[in-house]
Amino acid sequence: MKRSKLLTRLWELQNNEGYISDKAVLELSKQLGVSKNEIEGVVTFYHFFHRQPTGKYIIYLNNSILSEFKGFKKVKAAFEFETGCTFGKYGQSNLFSLFETSCIGLSDQECAALINFQPVTHLTPQSVKKIINQLKKGVNPRSIAHNVTSKIQFTPKPSKTVFFKKYELGNALNKLKSNTSETILQELKKVELAGKGGAFFPTAQKWEISKNASNSEKVIICNADEGEPGTFKDKSIIENLPGLIIEGMIIAAFVTGATNGFIYLRAEYSYLKSKLENTLIDFYHHKLLGENCCGIANFNFNIQIQLGAGAYVCGAETALIESLEGFRGEPRLRIQYPTENGYLGSSSIVNNVETFAKAARIIELGSEYILKIGTAKSKGTKIICIAGDVAKPGIYEVEWGTSLKKLLEISQATAPYYVQSSGPSGDCLNESDFNRKICKEDLLCGGSLMVFNRNRNLLKILKNYTKFFLTESCGSCTPCRAGNQIIYAKIKKLKQGICTSQDLKEIVEWSAIMQKGSRCGLGQYATNTFVQSLAKFEKYFDGIVTTCAENCDVEFDMEKAVYDYNLLIKNTQN
Amino acid sequence: MKNISFNIDGRICSATKGENLIEAAKQNGIFIPTLCHFKHLNPLGSCRVCIVNLNGHAIAGCSVFVEEGMQIEVNTPELLDTRKAILEMMFVEGNHFCPSCEKSGDCQMQNLAYETGIRYTRFPHLFVDRIVDARPERIVVNQNRCIKCKRCFEEVETNDGYKVFNFSNKGNKTIVSIDYEQEAKLSETQAEYAMKICPTGSILVKGKTFSKPFGDRIFDQVSEGKAIAFDKINKKGRKMRIATTSLAGCFGCHMSLLDIDLGILDVIELVEFNKSPLTDIKKFTQHCDIGLVEGGCCNTDNIEVLRTFRENCDVLISVGECAIWGGVPAIRNTIPVEDCLREAYLESLTSEENETVIPYHEDIPKILNKVYPNHEIVKIDYHIPGCPPNANHIWNVVKNILFEEEFSVVYPEFKYD
Repeated sequence: MKRSKLLTRLWELQNNEGYISDKAVLELSKQLGVSKNEIEGVVTFYHFFHRQPTGKYIIYLNNSILSEFKGFKKVKAAFEFETGCTFGKYGQSNLFSLFETSCIGLSDQECAALINFQPVTHLTPQSVKKIINQLKKGVNPRSIAHNVTSKIQFTPKPSKTVFFKKYELGNALNKLKSNTSETILQELKKVELAGKGGAFFPTAQKWEISKNASNSEKVIICNADEGEPGTFKDKSIIENLPGLIIEGMIIAAFVTGATNGFIYLRAEYSYLKSKLENTLIDFYHHKLLGENCCGIANFNFNIQIQLGAGAYVCGAETALIESLEGFRGEPRLRIQYPTENGYLGSSSIVNNVETFAKAARIIELGSEYILKIGTAKSKGTKIICIAGDVAKPGIYEVEWGTSLKKLLEISQATAPYYVQSSGPSGDCLNESDFNRKICKEDLLCGGSLMVFNRNRNLLKILKNYTKFFLTESCGSCTPCRAGNQIIYAKIKKLKQGICTSQDLKEIVEWSAIMQKGSRCGLGQYATNTFVQSLAKFEKYFDGIVTTCAENCDVEFDMEKAVYDYNLLIKNTQN
Repeated sequence: MKNISFNIDGRICSATKGENLIEAAKQNGIFIPTLCHFKHLNPLGSCRVCIVNLNGHAIAGCSVFVEEGMQIEVNTPELLDTRKAILEMMFVEGNHFCPSCEKSGDCQMQNLAYETGIRYTRFPHLFVDRIVDARPERIVVNQNRCIKCKRCFEEVETNDGYKVFNFSNKGNKTIVSIDYEQEAKLSETQAEYAMKICPTGSILVKGKTFSKPFGDRIFDQVSEGKAIAFDKINKKGRKMRIATTSLAGCFGCHMSLLDIDLGILDVIELVEFNKSPLTDIKKFTQHCDIGLVEGGCCNTDNIEVLRTFRENCDVLISVGECAIWGGVPAIRNTIPVEDCLREAYLESLTSEENETVIPYHEDIPKILNKVYPNHEIVKIDYHIPGCPPNANHIWNVVKNILFEEEFSVVYPEFKYD
């Protein structure tokens, strides 16, 4: 067995046996000729792999902040009550195992959970009861699963729509024959296509580097590991336009000369895997994939799907590559870019779902079409998913340059107070930003907006974010691994109400240390929102801390410190 | 190989193109501290202590390969502080009880902390319960001390090429796991090598610890802390007043106070003691210039005493590890207070059968949920590390504060054990 098949093999074991047993670990280690704990290290990195037996139905309940605001606690309690199991515990029942999980890309339909990776949404204690009863009766989770296709709430007028318009298989690929890799790169450069995963790296530049790389082995990887809480825009593209993504990948292969492609699909979206597979079959059927594909001699390109296994950090391109290779998904050191040394040493292009889809549209519709849409620096449209305190959560395709205010209007936000752009590691926005325009010149948005109204507790939101980062850190560098725990302790102190303005100052200073010291974006941006919120919601923080000078005395909560002792005495002295 | 020139902190340096920055800097006489880097290995980039600025951007020095014209900053005040902060993060994340650690004095992380001058950590200690695994054949892995530098992953292999150490879990639960089967294959020399390369006391070889006496350990740089001569001190009009107390401590720091031997006669020429176990004065009778506090706070009485000290002293100093971050009594901090008390009073070998009484009376101070460092209770002005701190060290700080003499503690005097 090849090491790169490890994840797939682990999925087989997990699905067939319900867990990865000691025996399986031993066998795998023998097959790969590595120590047992190396396999163990991979298994325990991904939270959908279990080392202890699980029940027939594994339920993953999303604990992201939007879920929290839609009744997470009650739903969680209902699951525990109905199943008689506790979240995070093994061996309580042969039927059920309950786990919390971070965002599963159903933010517009919270509370949401996955039952054996089949989605159920809009959960309430009542619906939980019904679902669990059905499962107990032996109903297949597949037939319980809800239709979770996100509603496309808005598209610009037809002449300005790029993504959500009629798609015909092969329309973009038909243009390949009349193009060369140079002309394609030029088209992409004209519209300044930039990575839509959130880093906005110029796509044409990335493809060009790979094309010119001395490395003859080339690979195209589609990053469908959309894990940023509150984000589900890539999901909507996979649901509606799977072919467009694949065409984008084929175009990239045409440009660089790659022979292999991967779609790294997050396990949370595994119910979309068959859709992608069927589309791939279609492509092979139409000879748009495979040998001499698209009618071009010697153009051979194949795509396979790799399922992730639950690790946010694998959305970072080098972590994704490590994961594809069958290792723990720890981001690599930035010594060489994937275009120089990527998957198994090849020159690899890793692009986001939306980037490939847009690249395909650019070739299909022509740069002229795209150039008419957007602003001077951001061309075309952006897919934005909106969730939270809005009447119309879902997918919005908007022209670059649309103001945040307009988006809040059309999504019917109710008393918006705080908007989180691009997820927890993105930007924290308040009323003063609502007039800003979403584009490179003003506010770059990775594709997600979470809207919170005045009744939402800011500290609760920040606490949820920090907890997310501290569990999802890959754990290999100190500032991120330890830093997030330290910031978490600070939030708990803030909640206790014993902080001074000195504590707020420390949060800013400590965040700067994490930002400078961390080895990848996760640690570098983990406290971004927190720090921004201190300035954006200054009044709120003024209200919960005491203002004091440099040398002020510290506060101590004695009541809390003796609480445990008092309780113990009360319980033992009767 | 081509020779190139680059710039570190304004100094022109030269090295072979593509050489690792840590090594290239060393050849040019510039030391960049690191806890994970090995010359012969690909950079690991996990400890992040070697942080430098490359053309204005922060980056781990070990992941830089020198090129012509690179502008590198190593020792700007900001970088020095970041480096110190990252080390402090390691201290608060693990449970580093130097006084009870076998590797103390031979520990690279401890030495780096001395060098960077960590007296106390700006971050709160996390006190996460971690295991000490003695199941392996030769090695004991103490997770409390592990900083996840990955050195052992890369460097410790069996003769047939199997790794012994690896990561397990992720996020805040990440630990270094040990493969028992492979570990059993290690020779004694290989096991000792694992202990040697571990920058902390996380990997120990059974029966091989505490082999070196104090004073002979790698980082025991002895500098007999010279006391500032008393006769040279500008005496103020009146005798200065000092108060001392021992909270959750062992009185070891007080014993150390007395270690200046005959010097104590000079001291009492200059200062008088108010509330202190040395005088047996129980309550403050006058306002004091300096309060020396030994031990942290483990119960409500400690907190009250500490608050009285803050009220009655101009300058308050935490003396010793326990005062600074909880120290040895804080070993209980990873265990819930209920478990501690049950173990002590209800389930111990000497407790009576069916015992249900945990001592409780309004006159007995209440036990806090954990041992707190003093600076989390009141504002502390200075910290003197050590277990106990050297007598001269303490008195030098005191004299310096009272009589404003020029004085700085040099790092070989700095000890956490």
